[in-house]
Amino acid sequence: MIDVAGTLRRWWLNTIKHIDFPLLLITMAIMAIGLATVNSATIDSSHRMLAQAGNMGLAMTVMWLVARIPPQKLMNFAVPLYVFGLLLIIAVLLFGISVNGARRWLSLGFTRIQPSEIMKIAMPMMLAWYFHKFEATLKLRHYLGSALLVLLPFIIIAKQPDLGTALLVGAAGFYVIFLAGLPWKIIIGLVAAAGAAAPLLWGMLHDYQRKRILTLIDPTTDPLGSGYHIIQSTIAIGSGGPLGKGYLNGTQTHLEFIPEKHTDFIFAVYSEEWGLLGNGVLLFLYTLLIGRGMMISAAAATPFARLLAGAITLGFFTYAFINMGMVSGILPVVGVPLPFMSYGGTALVTLFLGIGILMSIETHRRMMKT
Amino acid sequence: MSEFHNPDGELPRFRFRLGFTIALVLICFAILFGRFVWLQVINHDFYRTRAEDNRIALIPIVPNRGVITDRNGVVLARNYSAFTLEITPSQTAGLEATIDALSEVVEIQPKDRKRFKRLLDEAKNFESIPIRTRLTDTEVATFAAQRYRFPGVEVKARLFRQYPLGHIASHAIGYIGRITERDLKWIEESERQANYKGTDHVGKTALEQHYEFELHGETGYEEVEIDAGGRAVRSLKRIPPVSGNNLQLTLDAKLQEITEKAFGDRKGSVVAIEPETGGILALVSTPTYDPNMFVDGITPENWKELNENPSKPMVNRAINGAYPPGSTFKPFMALAALEMGKRTPGQSISDPGYFNFGNHRFRDDKKGGHGTVDMYKSIVHSCDTYYYVLANDMGIDNISKFMAQLGFGQRTGVDLGKDDSGESKGVLPSQEWKKKRFKKPEQQKWYAGETISIGIGQGYNAYTPIQLAQATAVVANNGVMFRPHLVRHIVDAKTGEKRLIEPEPLRDLNLKPQNVDVIRRAMIGVNKEGTGTRAFAGAPYETAGKTGTAQVYSLKGAEYKVHLVKKELRDHALFIAYAPAEKPKIALAVLVENGGFGAQSAAPIARMVLDYYLLGKMPAGAANEDAEAIEADDQAE
Repeated sequence: MIDVAGTLRRWWLNTIKHIDFPLLLITMAIMAIGLATVNSATIDSSHRMLAQAGNMGLAMTVMWLVARIPPQKLMNFAVPLYVFGLLLIIAVLLFGISVNGARRWLSLGFTRIQPSEIMKIAMPMMLAWYFHKFEATLKLRHYLGSALLVLLPFIIIAKQPDLGTALLVGAAGFYVIFLAGLPWKIIIGLVAAAGAAAPLLWGMLHDYQRKRILTLIDPTTDPLGSGYHIIQSTIAIGSGGPLGKGYLNGTQTHLEFIPEKHTDFIFAVYSEEWGLLGNGVLLFLYTLLIGRGMMISAAAATPFARLLAGAITLGFFTYAFINMGMVSGILPVVGVPLPFMSYGGTALVTLFLGIGILMSIETHRRMMKT
Repeated sequence: MSEFHNPDGELPRFRFRLGFTIALVLICFAILFGRFVWLQVINHDFYRTRAEDNRIALIPIVPNRGVITDRNGVVLARNYSAFTLEITPSQTAGLEATIDALSEVVEIQPKDRKRFKRLLDEAKNFESIPIRTRLTDTEVATFAAQRYRFPGVEVKARLFRQYPLGHIASHAIGYIGRITERDLKWIEESERQANYKGTDHVGKTALEQHYEFELHGETGYEEVEIDAGGRAVRSLKRIPPVSGNNLQLTLDAKLQEITEKAFGDRKGSVVAIEPETGGILALVSTPTYDPNMFVDGITPENWKELNENPSKPMVNRAINGAYPPGSTFKPFMALAALEMGKRTPGQSISDPGYFNFGNHRFRDDKKGGHGTVDMYKSIVHSCDTYYYVLANDMGIDNISKFMAQLGFGQRTGVDLGKDDSGESKGVLPSQEWKKKRFKKPEQQKWYAGETISIGIGQGYNAYTPIQLAQATAVVANNGVMFRPHLVRHIVDAKTGEKRLIEPEPLRDLNLKPQNVDVIRRAMIGVNKEGTGTRAFAGAPYETAGKTGTAQVYSLKGAEYKVHLVKKELRDHALFIAYAPAEKPKIALAVLVENGGFGAQSAAPIARMVLDYYLLGKMPAGAANEDAEAIEADDQAE
């Protein structure tokens, strides 16, 4: 006799074997909020909610696939992926397509890709691999080596020029170095040096980047251009008040005052309609997400796994913090989507690649124990 | 080197670092939450007021588009103010009802409603949208009397583009039209989207497109307060727009008009160039169209008619029509032979009236041949046999190498259209070209027999009139080549400062003066004792010219005009010339589609152009076809 129920049960258990439910529930909660907000932002015009749901389905499939790969196998990908990503961003510099004066895209004929996105995952993997390898014999020169691994792609991406992504990629690398135990003396030294070098860096920035920083200090200097974004998004958030104007009732949103309202500025839409209460809920959910990621990192079995998990988790924090900071007017406008909220397939896939890796680390560790 | 590693402390230290970052995360989120409290609780009233009662809207003020004038200041494109009837949707009681009621006061056609609907989809609801354009004075008065009935409807003055000369020079000036998805992409890629807020027209072709970002100007804006319903309450600040720059052309509008009229209802093209600068004096492609039709959105009927017209008035033949040059190619062939040392001027052949190659006989137009022919005679009497032999001696790759220097088979880079891609390259045949052009290996091979007819400007040869004019100008200018261009000055609308578009010397061919002189003397001979004699009889200035006749029906490999062959089997007539021969002020190429022999219909047009440009002589109308020239040509060409 065939045990249909038993076969199905085994199949189902196998399917969800590598899913970490706390992580899944938290991201799904944020995505539910995101989907509703995308709907509100595009209900008058482009109707993107279903398309975004499709993106989510695709991204979660990627997550499911990645979660099944054991961390030891992931480690084998670290070096090739890093080298591949490095070659791609060099190719972008040489043959890339210019959009708005920046070369960020590589044309594949049928579609175009933004290879710096790959580095967001490849960078922490590479460095985690590196410190895993030298863990037993860690010396000062190893830190110097790791600094080179971070700086090389950082400089290339900054040259595209895409300072925002360069900083994110650089941060992902720095998190690994920090978690691996970079001595405090050096950290303090670096911070001091950075402070001293700030005027020099200012000279190296592109005009539009300087303009962005200047309009941050005084948005009214450029009310038609980039200052407009910040002015309107702060009005949206502020007018939302403690409890918000109610779903679909954001006047700033629906009178078209918010630019890029379903992508980078989606937080303004959400915040106007749900108020401080909604913001609190969202911050809480992000805190839970980061907390879960940190737990996975702390419990991870190998140096590679814990460094990678820690850096990915801090990456989520960085995106969320920079995006909300920019929309609420305390950080410069740097084109970073709000994780799991903003419309867009590429960013979602990258994010869920990270979630998949976290799940892989967690579930494979648990299985090893049992 | 110091030792940093401590295996036993590894995991606890990692966890400590992790704890440190968690603290950092919480601090950052706390700062964010603090910011939210600041915006949403402490300053909530301030922001609520700004959002609910006094939303600030930036209303763009579109700048005046630059004016285009010819070299003498004749206006070719300008703006005029006209009244439009506009509706602000958010202020009306009901949109459909308002429009229905309005239609009883002023005429509103279905196409007006259609356009209004389209604009409505794109607009913000505090913007006013035109329902009717170009109101007559009577309509304005009628509406004004009943204004009280229509809240949210007003008469506004808007600027419209106007081309005062109508269809004249339309292929050079181009036209503007509503911004489409594709235009928008172009604007975004040029990083100009902020400057195009409020602008709804953009240059679509020719000069209007090429100099779009000069002509457009800088958008100003008005900061107005609008209430929750989108109604403007009061104006806060006004930054005026800066008008676009004006263009002063090298084109001579009168010359252009005379040349276009010289064609009558014939199809064809003339490009006249100032050899010393490359400045284009006339750029004609007939038939033409009236660019004013496009400004306000062309009606589907007009659009259909323009596109289905077999004469293709929308095609700019001067830069997009590729034609075999026929015998006008011969002076360039002769120059190539001299420069490459393949011929001396005195070297002659005996012409029996044909040239045998393999088992094919290439015939000369003149039965029995021209007798003894040297280089001078070969050009003056347009001897085919001379060039069959010459082409065979030179070989295809030598020919194409020299002709490429003259600009044949390449885009000239004339300042028309968005970029070079609007201009055709034509075909400069070579072994390499054939390899690329054809797929099958047996077609890719170049046969020596194919070189023969290249020598008389037939075969795969196909060039645009502007290339032919440019090559003529290069010879007139002793081998120095300039990029053909239409704009002489860009004039700053505010300061009146003129920015000269410097003539761009593309290259110096370093031709030997004595060689150029041989060609010049032979081309002068053409108009004195050769095929151009009748057309230039009695001209008080000395010209250098060459007639040409291009067979249409044996066209191979060229993409142009096959459909016309069935209708009209007459050959294309061509003529190139420059004058005065000793110190050229103008070089030109004339092409008359299906005009028969060059001497018959193209040369008389050239005579008219030169008579006006050099003598100021006004012609009586269209150039005559010289019927007797056919016989003369039969003898000569």
